[in-house]
Amino acid sequence: MSIIEFKDVSHQDILHHVSGTFREGRITTFVGPSGAGKTTCLKHINGLLSPDTGTILFKGEDIAEMDILELRKKIGMAFQSAPMIQGTVYDNLNLPKAIFDETLDRDRAAELLHHVDLSEALLDHPVKSLSGGERSRVAIARTFVNKPDVLLLDEITASLDYRTVKEIERLIRKLQQSYGVTVIWITHDLDQARRVSDDMWFLKDGELLAYGDASFIDESDDPVVQRFVRGED
Amino acid sequence: MSYIELATALVFVVIPLALTLVLRLGLERDIVIATVRSITQLLIIGYILTFVFESDSPIFMLLMILLMIGAATQNIIKKGDGIPGITWMIVLTLVTIETLTMGLMLGLGIIPFEPEKVIPISGMVIGNSMVLSLLFLNKFKDEVERSDDVIELILSLGGTPKVAIDRSLKNAIRTSMIPTVEAQKTMGLVQLPGMMSGLIIGGADPMEAVLYQLLILFLILTTASISATLVGYLAYPRLFNEKMQYIGLTYRKGE
Repeated sequence: MSIIEFKDVSHQDILHHVSGTFREGRITTFVGPSGAGKTTCLKHINGLLSPDTGTILFKGEDIAEMDILELRKKIGMAFQSAPMIQGTVYDNLNLPKAIFDETLDRDRAAELLHHVDLSEALLDHPVKSLSGGERSRVAIARTFVNKPDVLLLDEITASLDYRTVKEIERLIRKLQQSYGVTVIWITHDLDQARRVSDDMWFLKDGELLAYGDASFIDESDDPVVQRFVRGED
Repeated sequence: MSYIELATALVFVVIPLALTLVLRLGLERDIVIATVRSITQLLIIGYILTFVFESDSPIFMLLMILLMIGAATQNIIKKGDGIPGITWMIVLTLVTIETLTMGLMLGLGIIPFEPEKVIPISGMVIGNSMVLSLLFLNKFKDEVERSDDVIELILSLGGTPKVAIDRSLKNAIRTSMIPTVEAQKTMGLVQLPGMMSGLIIGGADPMEAVLYQLLILFLILTTASISATLVGYLAYPRLFNEKMQYIGLTYRKGE
């Protein structure tokens, strides 16, 4: 069953008539060459950008008609740079609550850290002292504060070492299974996409050239997909 | 002070000119231009002020204040590129500050309604507001460009634009006000403020000069806080669209 559907979505010169669906409870990766429009596509899903033409449906409802702030609470997003506010790990986990003048229970904050395999002793550590891998994990934990239905990940492992990358992949799979969340993940690493994907979207020059079960990427007859798989694009 | 004495005072221009020539700093042209401009501009304003004071007309007084607001706006808007509509925001800020401070001073009887009082004090209020607005815009644009990922993060979590930009906005307001507050702490210890010195040199009683200077200091504190806050709260919504999406600073092509 699809949770998000793009219907003929175009945005400036970046996306051109993109139509496709994301299946609920699965991990879908966005793959394609640089400049394909992957991040732009992702930002459309939680309303950080809007299409010039076309519609995006979330659980069958046009997101343009929805309360944008409520939609964003249901669709969590972790960014490539794992941006943090100044302060401690707790301050950052509390951010999704603090913006509504609420407070995150410290026990809940500790539980979130456990979910991303971090010790609760880190709660009072300044975020400045975190390693790249810890920072990514805190950013992922923070997206779960609002208990989202969909988790958007934008190149979250791009600057991490191979061991940490594999740990984050395992972590995302674990969280996806325990929370039943739908994950949409941009990666420039095709091997990573093969490892983590249930489904894939293949974008090139703002066009969605193929999507569906991840196996298509290695079975496609499309010469454009084949060239990308061979690393020639 | 006579024109002959002023001509003698040009020795203080000759010294830096000689230094820049000897050290080959390449500033001689700028020093000459600055000297000629300051003499011309101040003499013109001296004649205009004499005319306005002697005419004692509220219309000329108002025109002088509008001229100051226009010149200050022209100076500030260069720093506001990237924020659509910055010109009217600055005009609104300067008019609000001038109306509020002058209204209070005249309404409470702190100063009399005389061009000799209203024009110089307006000049100080508008001038200080101009400097604060420049400092604020500089810092605000820097903050926004540095924190755009945090702004988008907060929006992505369901925060409103106001919440998303709150940290950047308050940091910029705080930073732009710090020099004013710090300068006031050492006032009278490190240097005698310009207005007070001017009054004393002009023959005024030092205590009267101190009282006027204190009035100006309090005014400057008000203008500092209002300028930064007003420009900030008028400007930040222009960095977002009606769909609560961050569009950031929008520089026109070629800028």
